[in-house]
Amino acid sequence: MTMPAPASTATVDLAARFPDVVQLDARPDYTGFIVEKDSLLEVAAAIRDEFGFDLLSSVTGVDYAPDKMEVVYHAYRTSGGPGLAFKVQIPRIDPVEVPSLIHLWPGVDLQEREVWDLLGIKFSGHPDLRRILMWEGFEGHPLRKDWKEGFYEEDVKPFKSRWPQGKFAMAEDLNPFGDNLTFPKNFDPEKWIPEGEALLYGALARYTVENEDGISSDRIVINMGPHHPSTHGVFRAVMTLEGETIKGLKPVLGYLHRNHEKIGERNTFLQNMPYTDRLDYFNSMTNNFGYALAVEKLMKIPVAERADYIRVIVSELSRIQNHLVFIGTLLNDLGAMYTPSLYAYEERELVLDVFEAISGSRMMCNYYRFGGVVRDIPDDVMQKIKDLVYERIPPKTDELDRMLSENEVLLARMRGIRMINAEDAVAYSITGPVLRAAGVPYDIRRADPYGIYDRFDFDVAVRYNGDLMDNYLIRIDEIRQSLRILDQAIRQIPQGPINSQKPAYQVRVPAGEAYGRIESPKGELGFYVLSNGKPNPWRYHVRAPSFVNVTALEKISVGTKIADFVVLLAMFDMVMGECDR
Amino acid sequence: MDSETFNLPQYEIPEDLRHAVAVTTLDRLYNWGRRSSVWPLMFGLACCAIEMIAAQTARYDMARFGMEVMRPTPRQADLLIVSGTVTKKMLPPIIRLYNQMPEPKYVVAMGACASGGGPFKEGYNVVAGIDKFLPVDVYIPGCPPTPQALIAGLIKLQEKIDKQTIKEASWYKRKVKDPNYVPVPILGPDLIDPRRTADIKAAAAQKE
Repeated sequence: MTMPAPASTATVDLAARFPDVVQLDARPDYTGFIVEKDSLLEVAAAIRDEFGFDLLSSVTGVDYAPDKMEVVYHAYRTSGGPGLAFKVQIPRIDPVEVPSLIHLWPGVDLQEREVWDLLGIKFSGHPDLRRILMWEGFEGHPLRKDWKEGFYEEDVKPFKSRWPQGKFAMAEDLNPFGDNLTFPKNFDPEKWIPEGEALLYGALARYTVENEDGISSDRIVINMGPHHPSTHGVFRAVMTLEGETIKGLKPVLGYLHRNHEKIGERNTFLQNMPYTDRLDYFNSMTNNFGYALAVEKLMKIPVAERADYIRVIVSELSRIQNHLVFIGTLLNDLGAMYTPSLYAYEERELVLDVFEAISGSRMMCNYYRFGGVVRDIPDDVMQKIKDLVYERIPPKTDELDRMLSENEVLLARMRGIRMINAEDAVAYSITGPVLRAAGVPYDIRRADPYGIYDRFDFDVAVRYNGDLMDNYLIRIDEIRQSLRILDQAIRQIPQGPINSQKPAYQVRVPAGEAYGRIESPKGELGFYVLSNGKPNPWRYHVRAPSFVNVTALEKISVGTKIADFVVLLAMFDMVMGECDR
Repeated sequence: MDSETFNLPQYEIPEDLRHAVAVTTLDRLYNWGRRSSVWPLMFGLACCAIEMIAAQTARYDMARFGMEVMRPTPRQADLLIVSGTVTKKMLPPIIRLYNQMPEPKYVVAMGACASGGGPFKEGYNVVAGIDKFLPVDVYIPGCPPTPQALIAGLIKLQEKIDKQTIKEASWYKRKVKDPNYVPVPILGPDLIDPRRTADIKAAAAQKE
């Protein structure tokens, strides 16, 4: 049995360094420090430079209605070890305002915009504080506790109103607008003037420029997406071009914003598990892992030994199929339309067969439970996994490697095209393969091990050029490392129970906060879960790697050619379900 | 379509011409052509899109039904597979894509979200089913539907195409205005459906 690691232990005494403005967060089962708002910049600079927490992993907000709001930061060292949580508390009186950390960590850009959009906390000093997931002109800040959605019934599930007097009512009939809508009182749609996208275009690099000869000329504005075959979903990028060179770029998100966090607050803890499947829909097995870790930390329960091994096996299988699909779609984007994808999907189907056999669903596995997993792996499926790991995937990986890695066209398109250097990658909070391809060997499985990853012998895949070719090759390296881990896990897996707890629909989660994070195939996937002892989480926040990584897109793309942009974007391996949540 | 169903049964064709001549109706010929080359729009929204791609790959191979040609532009597409959660922010582009598709056009709501909101129905940014805006021909249940389910749904669509006739096809009728045109919703304080402005105004006035 492995006990959950203590939640982001404070390894430094920040309160001793700043006795007047920092104090230990003394609430029971909370960790970290509370920083005075006015000294935030000074303290944050010390955290980064003196204490060495160079990676600001997550920024989020919590609404402690009715009196205060809180902004929560999680910082880590790229050299490894536990992290540091620091928080700022502000009274809940509009305008709620906190200084922006964008000049220390440019990676907070999109996350601060998200907190502003959903919670209405202003970040003073942020150069481009627009709404990000909703649109300009949307009424209210949806994650505030007093904001009610159109189909609001009750604060928490299970809803008693779902079965009044033995018959159901459609949500549409209960809403005065007959649909999932809320409008302010006396709203007149005919008089409404849409905000349009003036703010968005204003935030771009200027599109009328003075030339040297004094004649002004226009740059071309291009909207790529939300419907575009190479944006991997409903991502939209707006850019200004000069000739073929990108001069300015803004990502526009929110086209798949499905309100995981608001729905998650209404759900019970276990009801959230299937929702995590739908975040990064390629990797439901790793998504479940992150959420289970966070709640297990809160509940302080151990995980059954066999379940720990099963978790590693399914996570690494998931990583393999994700990277195979990545290579297939990358080649699609490079113009090798569909043939490499067909090879990749052929292998993926075999992994999905295993998932279907153990969980009942191909993609949305909903497989983890707090304390273990829901079903055991039967012997015949274990044999299938062994066949895959020993017989099928290694030669197929070599085949892909042999066919693609020295291909002339691929080399010409990818070698030497810069992606990002190590320093910028850390400053922009990039995690996952993109960070490792830039030369930073930061892998949470090694840096801050969770589950039983500390028992396995594997190398953190790292490449040093940081160009597109390295970003592609590192995926093949990682498939090989995953196979190594799988080999050890399959050999060592013991017999025994698969859950340390009794199966239950409702779990008792004591009050407190927990941040569970894992190395998902895309990067650091974190779940910030806050409980106040009730059956539902008070706050459920997902730190999605796709969302945070895309912060650096502007930095990376400006100055490159538009033809390379598609490939740059593919390297992030974005999944919009997780990016927009 | 094999020659047995393709030929009209009451016409006896001499033995020596059987492989060279077929007697059939114009409708059958026309629908046989259309049902065997339904080109979907290359358009994915969420999780279901991944299963849509999987249905295209070697194991399931939608090409068997003439549907492997995904067109990235709506101008060349016959079928809009709404594959995933429709959000309020994404709805205007979807409606615009639909309006740009030439007749005859079909809509398939793939999965629980597109059919009725699914697990995300109560979300503040979620449209509870694309059928509130577009006429849906086939609903496919599942979250996400397996590739087999998608193919079963598309076969249902082919059956629907088989039943249509040129005589009554709306796309050959003389008309001033496109009857399938859907007004594009507006993003206001919440989603404004232009067909319902009067309702919204009345309900907003009632609100306390």
